[in-house]
Amino acid sequence: MADQLSRAFQALADPTRRDLVARLAADGDASVGQLAAPYDVSVQAVSKHLKVLEEAGLVSRSRDAQRRPVHLEAEVFDLMTAWIERYRRRAEERYTRLDGVLAELAADDEEEGAAS
Amino acid sequence: MSTTARNLTEIEAVPDLPVIRIVREFDAPPAQVFRAWVDPELFVRWIGPRSIDTTIDVWDARTGGEWRYTSSRPSEGFSMGFWGSFHEVRPDERLVQTFSYDGGADAVSLETLTFEPLEGGRCRTVATSVVETIEIRDQILVSGMDTGVIEGYEKLDELLREQS
Repeated sequence: MADQLSRAFQALADPTRRDLVARLAADGDASVGQLAAPYDVSVQAVSKHLKVLEEAGLVSRSRDAQRRPVHLEAEVFDLMTAWIERYRRRAEERYTRLDGVLAELAADDEEEGAAS
Repeated sequence: MSTTARNLTEIEAVPDLPVIRIVREFDAPPAQVFRAWVDPELFVRWIGPRSIDTTIDVWDARTGGEWRYTSSRPSEGFSMGFWGSFHEVRPDERLVQTFSYDGGADAVSLETLTFEPLEGGRCRTVATSVVETIEIRDQILVSGMDTGVIEGYEKLDELLREQS
């Protein structure tokens, strides 16, 4: 599980691949030709990027249809978001405890102020 | 004590840099928040969840000083050491530390924390962690000790009860 996510994060470290994914998310399934059109690179280069995304489980391509449209695997993104959210929540827990300590410090200061 | 809007923790993992950034606001001025970070007695009260005991082994919070603490969960025989240096301690403004854990010596992280004053005696902290590679960054994101959300809130409730 962690390996798959690491691969997914790594695949998205490349700006072209991030852009491909963003377009698939916005426009839905597309052929390699359609995806390659806006770029100043060969269809082969885009195919290579798609292969990395496919190996990372981020996209899939149907085997039967002739144009083999590229499909975004939304669940993997949900998983990545979930992991980052889990990490964020751990930080949130820590900071929430810090809130408690800060509130106590403020209360102590007030007491001291009232006593003097 | 007045009720304030919840201070949400924001996180950012810059896709093509080995960086994690966490932004948070506090209902306390920078001096107070800074103190909770560098005073070891205050630090141990919030750094770990209730089920984990944190003991300070070394704590020299000045520029060039070192720090080390041990986190343990005695019931499970779990114990782990965390250590590093205080690279720069600039009171109420900036705290730069290295962060390593026992058994993960190559995964050293450079932690820069800034304290920005906000109106109304509040403060915003930005914690930026830089590691050596994106792979290490992702390992940090996908692993780590699962502390349980409920426990964090229980501890907060207790702290709030103590003062009311």
